[in-house]
Formats: sequence, structure tokens, C-alpha cells
Amino acid sequence: MSAKVIDRNRVLFSWAMLTPFLLLFAIFVVYPLIQSAFLAANQTFGPGTRTFVGTKNFQLLLADPVFWKSIGNTFIYALGSLFIQLPLAFALALALNSSKLRGKGIYRLIFFSPQLMGLVFVSILGALAFEKRAGLVNQAIAFITRNEKFLEIDWLQQHVMATLILISLWLYVGFNMIYFLAALQSVDKSLMEAAEIDGAGPLGKLRHVIYPSVKPVATFVILLSMIGSLQLFELPYILLESSGGPDNRGLTIVMYLYQNGFDLGDLGYASAIGWVLALILIALALVQIKMTRAQEVNA
Amino acid sequence: MSATNRKLNKAALHTLLIVLAFITLIPYAWLIIASLKGQDDFFSGIFFPPGEGFLGIGWDKLTLNNYRALFDLGFEVNLINSIFYSAATALFATFICAATGFVIAKHHFRGRNFITLVVLGALIVPPTLLLAPGYELLYDLGLLDTVWGLLLPLLAPAFGVFLFRQAVIQSVPDELLEAARIDGCSEWSIFFVVVLPLLRPMIGAFMLITFLGMWNNFISPQIVLQTADKQPLSVAIAQLRGVYKTDYGLLTAATVVSVLPVAALFLLLQKQFISGLTTGAVKG
Repeated sequence: MSAKVIDRNRVLFSWAMLTPFLLLFAIFVVYPLIQSAFLAANQTFGPGTRTFVGTKNFQLLLADPVFWKSIGNTFIYALGSLFIQLPLAFALALALNSSKLRGKGIYRLIFFSPQLMGLVFVSILGALAFEKRAGLVNQAIAFITRNEKFLEIDWLQQHVMATLILISLWLYVGFNMIYFLAALQSVDKSLMEAAEIDGAGPLGKLRHVIYPSVKPVATFVILLSMIGSLQLFELPYILLESSGGPDNRGLTIVMYLYQNGFDLGDLGYASAIGWVLALILIALALVQIKMTRAQEVNA
Repeated sequence: MSATNRKLNKAALHTLLIVLAFITLIPYAWLIIASLKGQDDFFSGIFFPPGEGFLGIGWDKLTLNNYRALFDLGFEVNLINSIFYSAATALFATFICAATGFVIAKHHFRGRNFITLVVLGALIVPPTLLLAPGYELLYDLGLLDTVWGLLLPLLAPAFGVFLFRQAVIQSVPDELLEAARIDGCSEWSIFFVVVLPLLRPMIGAFMLITFLGMWNNFISPQIVLQTADKQPLSVAIAQLRGVYKTDYGLLTAATVVSVLPVAALFLLLQKQFISGLTTGAVKG
């Protein structure tokens, strides 16, 4: 075979291998992505019924109190992840990282296990566990305090944001712990020993040895957790049975997108919400890239 | 630090971990026991219904009726759907991502850089942005309420291509490919006989992640499928809650049935799963 034939064979092979991906990707990712820009400038009543409205969707959106409510709720949840869930995950990883600890593997498996259930099934379990009277949570509180009145706490309707954050702790602390644990295991042992010889206490070691080497993974986990939190949907959707709850106190951005697009049929308004969310997420990712770059320059 | 101090610390650490482990595990126990209780026993005792039996528990009050009722409603159809959708997605998405990742990592042809760039760019597109236009597209193609409409959009994840590209760069040396070519291997047999075996850890991890992802996927089937007989467990269980809101026994039984297969799969393949989960992270 001449070199030319071999070359042509290789190029043919390359394109044959790429075809399934390129086809599916072009049809189901690139095309809808382009369409979402057009859709955002239209109003629809179900699919296939576009009426051009220009920038009206975005104007309506900015003046829409329910949308702002959903943004507020979503950010409360995201801040809960950032300031409660991730510190707990890190603390748990620190506790499990000690090399002499017995039963480390078992603990790791137990803390990680809720992740296996999957968000939808956790939502169902959460909805049942936080039920008035029959639910696990209220029965446990009433049993511990010996006070029947706690059976009546209305978690699902009245305190839905707290319920969401509590369930997400159970679900995600162990999951994020796995990342931190992997990062902690890459901390240089000789550096730790050197710090110990230099008389650094636990806090000193945490600040000067552990923190710098965990930082890249930490920024990654923070970004991942923010991206996930801002797209929260299944948990409140199932807890509140597809409504936003009283005064929309549990409505999230993606739930509002879903309500507009699929309950009311306005795919245009839904796309506009999708774009606002996408811009928030991309801004977050850019901030993270900037921060990582700055770290690399400093290092 | 003195030795006694150290021992005290250790004891405190263990106590704390045991308490936390306990809190993590209690909901499972509650879930399983609740699925075995009759409707009346939900308000008497947090866990087991009280009675005359061993440990003061009414063992005779436990029943499999909830599971019977569940399967009388045809829940096994949804179970089979979930298995089929998850397995099909895992299989095809893994193959497509491995093939694409390999080619953009190792083959030189015009357009390669562009494709790589597009794949990397697609990583920042939030999937929620594609919900509305994706739904309209499936409507235009006549694929709403079909299995194709559910599966096809999920078979080409850019994330998977990225992972396989990294795996190929890390574990498939150029020299090996050249040697195979000199031995007269065709490009196809190089991919299937040389490359795929080298990628086995990544294939295992990615298949598992994709399988679980599809098993737990709610929003896609919720939007695409309307016929009850086509729904996977995730959507079926949410609808079950809509209809039988206060039938705690039925709902907990449905949750147990939905979660058990995946938990078993995980315990079998634990190692691959954890390694797959952290592949992106450690390097990131």
C-alpha cells in the first residue's frame, strides 16, 4: 500500500468513528442550542406555535416577581450548600483522613451511600420522612422531646427551604467528602512532618500545609456544587407536587422554567429563563477559571 | 500531646463518626420497615409496630401486602423500562464517547481541532437550557412519547468524550499504535483489540455512571414520555405519590423496589465507581 492510500484509509476511519457522535451532537445539542436563542424571542402556546415578540420575554422576566422569588430561593439553597454542606463535607473528610482510624472504608461507604439512591427516590423518601404525624422526622423529634406537639411541624409546606437544605445535607455531604478525601490523600506527608517538627499545631498545619494543597480540588467542588444547586429541580418539584408551595416559597429557577414551558406551554418564556440561568452559570465558571489562573501564577 | 489525651481524642472522634453514621443509616431502616407495615401502624411507633412478640414488637403485623399491591398496579413494567433505558444508554453512550475520544486524541485530520474545541465548549452548556428547544425538536421530528425520543438525545454527552479523550492521552502510548500498524493491524482492529482493553477502567466507570445517571433521570422521561407503560421508575413513582399520597406503605415499597437494584449493582462494582467519580476531580 502506498502512503497515500494509508493516509486516506486513516482519514476515512476517523470520520467513520466520529459520525455517530457528530450526528447526534449536531441534532440534539447544537441545533437546540441555536433554536433556544430564537425561541427566547418568541411566545408559544405549545410546540410549533411561535409568535415573534422580540425582547419582550426578557422585559417581562425582569419585572416578574415570581421569577425574582425563584432566584432568591435558588440562591438561598446554593448558599446553604456553600456554607453548611461543603464545610461539613470537608470536616468529615479531615476526620476520616487520619491514617490510623479503624473502619475508614465502612464509614466512607456509609456516608456516601445516600448518593446511590438517586435524587428522585431521595425526594420521595424525604417527602415521606418529613410528613406531618406519620413522618420519621417529626416522630423522632416528638419521641426525643416527649412532646406530641412537634408531630404537627409542617416541613413540606411551611418550612420547605429548610427541608430542602436538610435533605441535601443527607444526600450530598458524603458525596463531596469523597472529593475532599481524595485531595487530602495527595497532601505531601513529608511536608506535614516538616511542619510538625517546626512546631505547627493542628490549625497551623491546616492553614499552611493542607489548605494550599486542597485548594484546587476545593474550588472545583465549589463550582460543581454551585452549578448543581442553581439547577435544583427534582427535590422541590416532588416535595411540593409540582407547585411552588405556599407563596412560591419553594419555587426554584428550573421549576419556574418547567412550569412556564411544560405546564403553560410557553417554550419562549422558558427559553428566556434558561438563558438567564445559563449566563449566571457561565459567569460563575469564568470567575472560577480566573481564580484557578491566579493560583497558578502565584504558585 | 499525652497518650491519654490522644486516646480521649480518638474515642471522641469515633463517637462522633458513629453518631453521624447512625443518622445516615436510620432513614434506610425506617424506609424498609415502613414498607412492611400496614396503614394503621404508621401512627403507632416510629419503626416497628408495638405488639406482644419478641422485644415488644408486633412481628405478626408486618406484611408484604404493600409489595403485592404495588405489583398489582403493574409496577414491574416500570422496573423493566428502567433497566432497559439505563442499560441501552450506558452501552451506546460509552461506545460513542470512547470512539470519539480516541479519534480526537490520536488521529490527525483536518477539522480535529475544531471538533475538540466544540466538545470542550459544550461542557459549559447547562442541560436545562436545552429543555424547551429540545422538546420542540422532538415534537417536530415526531419523536415525543417514543423510546427514540428519550434515548437519542442522551447518547452523545460531551462530558464523556472529554473523559475518554483524557483517558486515551494518559493510557494509550503512540508507540503501541505504531507497532500495531507495522504488524499489519487495520485501524479498526487497533481500536477494538489494542485501545479498548487499555481503556477498561474508564469504560467500567463511565458505564456505571451513565447507568446510574439514566436510572435516576427524571426530567427527560417526564418531558418526553406520556404513556404510563413507557415510564421508568423515576417518573412512575412520582405519579404514584400524586395518586396515593397518604398510602405510605405503597410509596415506601415502591422506593425500596426502585433503589434496591442500583444499590446491589454499586456494592458489586464499588471500586470502579469511586475511581470513575474522582477521575475528573483529581486532575481538574
